Amino acid sequence: MRNHAANKREPLFHIVKRDALPLWKSILVRVIAILLALLVCAVVVVFITDLNPLEVYKSMFDGAFGSSRKIWTTMQNTAILLCISLAVTPAFKMRFWNIGAEGQVMVGCLGTAACMILIGDKVPAPLLMVIMVVVSIACGTLWGVLPAIFKAYWNTNESLFTLMMNYVAIQLVSFFCTVWENPKGSATIGMINMNSQAGWFPSLFGQKYLLNILIVLVLTIGMYIYLKYNKHGYEIAVVGESQNTARYVGMNVKKIIIRTMALSGAICGVAGLLLVAGTDHTLTTSSAGGMGFTAIMVSWLAKFNPLLMILTSFLIVFLERGAGEIATDFRLNESIADILTGIILFFIIGCEFFVNYQIIFTKKRKEADSDA
Amino acid sequence: MSETPALELKHISKSFGSVIANHDVSMSVRKGEILSVLGENGSGKTTLMNMIAGIYYPDEGQIFINGSEVVIRSPKDAYEHKIGMIHQHFKLVDVFTATENIVLGLRGNGRLDLKKAAESIQEISGKYGFEIDPNKKIYQMSVSEKQTVEIIKVLYRGADILILDEPTAVLTPQETQKLFSVLRRMRDDGKAIIIITHKLHEVLSLSDRVSVLRKGEHIATVLTSETSESQLTEMMVGKKISLNIERSEPADPVDRLIVKNINCLSRGGVKLLDDVSFTARSGEILGIAGIAGSGQRELLEAIAGLQHIDNGEITYIDPKTGKKENLRDKSPLQIREMGVRLSFVPEDRLGMGLVGNMDIVDNMLLRSYRRGKSIFLEKKQPRTLAEEIIKQLEVVTPGVSTPVRRLSGGNVQKVLVGREIASSPSVLMAAYPVRGLDINSSYLIYKLLNEQKENGVAVIFVGEDLDVLLELCDRIMVIGSGKITGIVDARSATKEEIGLLMTKTESEGGTMYA
Repeated sequence: MRNHAANKREPLFHIVKRDALPLWKSILVRVIAILLALLVCAVVVVFITDLNPLEVYKSMFDGAFGSSRKIWTTMQNTAILLCISLAVTPAFKMRFWNIGAEGQVMVGCLGTAACMILIGDKVPAPLLMVIMVVVSIACGTLWGVLPAIFKAYWNTNESLFTLMMNYVAIQLVSFFCTVWENPKGSATIGMINMNSQAGWFPSLFGQKYLLNILIVLVLTIGMYIYLKYNKHGYEIAVVGESQNTARYVGMNVKKIIIRTMALSGAICGVAGLLLVAGTDHTLTTSSAGGMGFTAIMVSWLAKFNPLLMILTSFLIVFLERGAGEIATDFRLNESIADILTGIILFFIIGCEFFVNYQIIFTKKRKEADSDA
Repeated sequence: MSETPALELKHISKSFGSVIANHDVSMSVRKGEILSVLGENGSGKTTLMNMIAGIYYPDEGQIFINGSEVVIRSPKDAYEHKIGMIHQHFKLVDVFTATENIVLGLRGNGRLDLKKAAESIQEISGKYGFEIDPNKKIYQMSVSEKQTVEIIKVLYRGADILILDEPTAVLTPQETQKLFSVLRRMRDDGKAIIIITHKLHEVLSLSDRVSVLRKGEHIATVLTSETSESQLTEMMVGKKISLNIERSEPADPVDRLIVKNINCLSRGGVKLLDDVSFTARSGEILGIAGIAGSGQRELLEAIAGLQHIDNGEITYIDPKTGKKENLRDKSPLQIREMGVRLSFVPEDRLGMGLVGNMDIVDNMLLRSYRRGKSIFLEKKQPRTLAEEIIKQLEVVTPGVSTPVRRLSGGNVQKVLVGREIASSPSVLMAAYPVRGLDINSSYLIYKLLNEQKENGVAVIFVGEDLDVLLELCDRIMVIGSGKITGIVDARSATKEEIGLLMTKTESEGGTMYA
């Protein structure tokens, strides 16, 4: 009798934070999320296009792995995205919300392109390569350090600052695209040093992207060690958790903020170098192509673990390339690709909620409790 | 006992994840009665009261008011059942007046009549003996005035059942007496009052009955007149413990830290420290008493190199060489590099002393990670230290790699104090080191401080419980509004004397007793 009366007003369920979920369970939650996402995608595909969803998924897979050329491109894209993700990671670990990776990469691109255009045919190839590396890193570092200095000394908001620096970088690139236009009147740069290939990354074992991939691999391992075993990495973690604690044990918080953002910017500069010298051999206002923002998601999804980022960056690239393939294969509008990517990401990010929280329904309270 | 209780709880349970906060708790409070809910920190007192006030919803169990069952899902429901709770942390709008805060959130009939509200506030104040200016803004009020506003707010809404969560934690002895007389008047007026506390002498002097909670379970409810301090402690802790602090005579004290005329202004130009001077001696515990927020934190942080001071001197005298070192304007790192062995247990343990998301080993590293020329971290030694602390101080933890934020308050503090003592300090500063700790952990901390004192360390102890300060310290320095209002001998001073010094701000300097 009592229950009947009370139930009317009792809340139906409540949300409870979980203790740490065992590893296999948290992996299971994520696998289920991906399966559910594919199911929802299938329903959407059938509903909108009347196509066989299995064929659609097959074409998606082909888009990423269909030929050896496609495989190399997928790996190359993964490498670049991973590189930018590595760059933002130390800053995020320090709770410095660097959303200016896009701009930092762009100035890295700009610096590399400037070297190739202005001195490409004037200095010997090895020296040119050294200059390009130095200039691209310097450019990225400058773009990263500026907001850090303002944050450290005057506590400006780093999100707004880095965001605005993106626009400055893009406008700069746009300006130089006109200055260096080739052919005249096109307002674009075109292939730089098309004939001499000065400043282009060499092919290794006949693979033009292999050098990029190796460089990023080294960076990944380096970043993993830096964050986990190096004293700087420890300082970054402490500053990120609590600046008061850092001050209390005598860390120089200002110095750490600036140093870490210099590193973040420097790696973005390297990404710019890889993009211009190792991939595109040209410079446009969309050279970074929004990857500076996608990288934030890659980094977060991997919980700032550089090794896991190999997986998450690959996942994002796979989705993008697969979705693009569907659009061309079935002559669908590009939007369907975006819809599918959106659904899959929604499920992957959404499942984090279930990893961290559980929902307890009022009626099943007892079973749920004993289960937890 | 034929009378229906004003409030009755039956078989209430509540858990958060795998932590059981309350298990099968039943208790009741009658009209015209003051019930103390007594228990150590973490025994589930506040959770239980929050369920009555509608902040949490119980997993199981029933709540009865005047004999009929009710469902309380929100604070609004609680008010409808005439239940009002005064929280430990006040929930007031600083820039509003007392009246505005009191009527805030009440649904009137469209027109806000502040004048009428002020009148009825005056009426309530007169009835129970509150002293309040309805037009004073909150930010101009003292802590005790703010508490008064919170209580009137609840009464204004017609509450018949009042719950007070640790109301005396922030009050001076005099203010506590005043609050108690108000509460007694409310009881005589027929209100049911529940007061959460862990201070035994308050329980005995104020309440009619006591309900004791331990580890989320209701142990017993006894009549105050039929119980004693030792019986209550035993019920609370679960075993007999002696509540004595051994205090030895200081062994040949010498000056270790001399603070001279330091001043410190806040950004807004308010004096946080006002011409503070004192000397801390080796082999002695110097207590610092004062109302919370009177400059205790700034003082310790100034010594530790974390707070800039505008003028004055801080001199450290090296125990071995007798050399004088100036600590003013030095960063914590510089102080350490000068060879000054200064340890500091800050008030905000997880926000300053430790990193909550890191494990015990990484927290040990905080003090030692710079050692060695290698660019990589050396974790072997901190790991050994962590294991030693866990063993010696009986830290309850699944292992050295558990994040410290998962540990209970007492264990967090053991880790922090253990680390600070491990560097064999010559000056040890501890701010509220037993706040939030259970009785056993508290006495362990007192013991550790005493050991340091016997080793010849100059100990500075900021405390809030005057009884403890009087038992533990050798001298007590009282601070009020950033000013030292007196330094007394802890062996001869009384609580009232210190209470008076705590609120004394106008008169210059204050008398020096010791």
